[in-house]
Amino acid sequence: MTTLKTPFKQRLWNQRLLILMSIPFVIHIIVFRYFPIAGWIMSFQNYKPGRGMFDQEWVGFKQFQLLFTDPYFFQTLRNTLAMAVIKLAMGTFFSIFVAILINETGKGIFKRSVQTISYLPHFISWVVAANLVLEFLAPKGLLNGFLQLIGVIDDPVLWMGKPELFWWIIGWSHVWKTCGFGAIIYLAAMTGIDPQLYEAADIDGAGRLSRIWHITLPGIKPTIIILLIMNIGRLLEAGFEQQYLLKNGLVQDYAEVFTIYILRYGLQMMRFSYAAAAGIFKSVVSVVLIFTANKISERLGEETLM
Amino acid sequence: MKVLKGNVYDHVFDTIKILLLLFLVFITLFPFINILAVSFNDPLDTITGGITIFPRIFSLVNYKDIFENPHILRATLNSVLRTVIAGLLHTFCTAMVAYTLSRKEYIFRIPIASIYILTMYIDGGLIPTYFLFRGLGLINSFNVYWIPGITSAWNLLVIRTYIKGLPESLIESAKIEGANEMYIFLKIIIPLCIPVLATIILFTAVWHWNFWWDTFLYCSSDVNLSTLQYELMKKIQSANSAFSGTSMADAFSRADAAMKSGGSVTPKSLRAAMTIIVTLPIVMIYPFLQRFFITGLTIGGVKE
Repeated sequence: MTTLKTPFKQRLWNQRLLILMSIPFVIHIIVFRYFPIAGWIMSFQNYKPGRGMFDQEWVGFKQFQLLFTDPYFFQTLRNTLAMAVIKLAMGTFFSIFVAILINETGKGIFKRSVQTISYLPHFISWVVAANLVLEFLAPKGLLNGFLQLIGVIDDPVLWMGKPELFWWIIGWSHVWKTCGFGAIIYLAAMTGIDPQLYEAADIDGAGRLSRIWHITLPGIKPTIIILLIMNIGRLLEAGFEQQYLLKNGLVQDYAEVFTIYILRYGLQMMRFSYAAAAGIFKSVVSVVLIFTANKISERLGEETLM
Repeated sequence: MKVLKGNVYDHVFDTIKILLLLFLVFITLFPFINILAVSFNDPLDTITGGITIFPRIFSLVNYKDIFENPHILRATLNSVLRTVIAGLLHTFCTAMVAYTLSRKEYIFRIPIASIYILTMYIDGGLIPTYFLFRGLGLINSFNVYWIPGITSAWNLLVIRTYIKGLPESLIESAKIEGANEMYIFLKIIIPLCIPVLATIILFTAVWHWNFWWDTFLYCSSDVNLSTLQYELMKKIQSANSAFSGTSMADAFSRADAAMKSGGSVTPKSLRAAMTIIVTLPIVMIYPFLQRFFITGLTIGGVKE
């Protein structure tokens, strides 16, 4: 390698164009993605806007103490985790379910049409999806109309006003929006399964269901695990848009998730340092979750992300 | 159970499978068709309920009302602008950095890649980001729509993986002929990367078209910076806050009030029409999206 012998300064000069093409964007990324992390110091202060970052009152861990003694914080943690787990479980299950259904259908116009239609909700915004959900569940909406028609209920039900249903509405609307698109990746994994396995199963006289159970599902196991790991890292995200758009005063106690909590304390109540502390909690737990999940999958001898 | 084996068993299985797939199609499309019918139905008639697939009394008043609203027109313009600017700029800049990282001899290759990859795991959070944006003068500025997302780690990795799959000899021979890095990027790499770049332009554009959170956080006090999604979101919020009024009777009395006030357009019908307007561009580019995203996903799946 001749490059190794070239002095560093000489290489810098030779690569000046590469540097020019990348360093400005690296500076941009450092400003926009790393400066906010440096801003974490504000959670050890009683931050007042209008003063410099270091010209503030230092309060140590007071904000974190307040955070961990706030009952609403635990309520938020519960909601966030509950909805994240519901969405993860239902989303994974139905994506695999749809993938299997499509995979069992022979190539043709029917298969292609079903696939094309099933992706559509993925590409529309949550704002649109939320409006569809609200219309569907409205007092005079489609669900009430249908249930009244078949005589299950007499009077319309205010579905969106029932706190005990909110998590499930989030879960089902998540399934509606993502199961078709989520199926793609499992379908791709299914095409990688050796067709000889299916032929052997046919010779053994295995039925369709047992083929799915003994060949298809084990074949996509690595994909399932890798996607679960990726999603576990995002557990505390739980998607705030969906909750923000669907929540209302009646279900407040079950709808508030971390991002909304931070928004309410930070930008509405002006408790900036407190909200920043809540944000740090969220980020740190997320990173810990990602690394833990990765370690677990390493132990299991499965593929890892990093 | 032995009887069910063989053809009969397969037949039952296939029937159930097709019924389930038809149900999937129905449940996916029906809400859209219903909202389309509502958007073209007379708003006062809609209040009485029961609209399913077709409008009962055809009317264009909902759309007319929206297109006569200067705020909405402004918001549409902003949405289109941010989508086009951010989609193109993001893809170009990300591809440029991705190219430099694909050059094995580049001295800063590993540090830069690490800086990017780390951003996939650590997030500074809402509040520090807000104060950073404020310090940079991005609050109530159109710039907040395109400056923060000029490059991103995920797309960078996707494009770099694609570039690495290109034959090295192309770049080598260009170098021997004296082409510089910028020339190689613009004249060789970009044309060869069209499939992956098109995918990323489309995905970024869809993302920007659908995004409303930044309008809400950073631009909500300036109506001239509003976007279509945010306008629809505000309408949904006001519908939701009506729930705080608690009772069903309340909801019905508001509907009555809307009827009596003689105002021809109701919030419900307006929301329906806006939903259709916001969804239409996505449906229009859908064939292209579909063609490209499989490629995009397979490339994304190839991680080292």
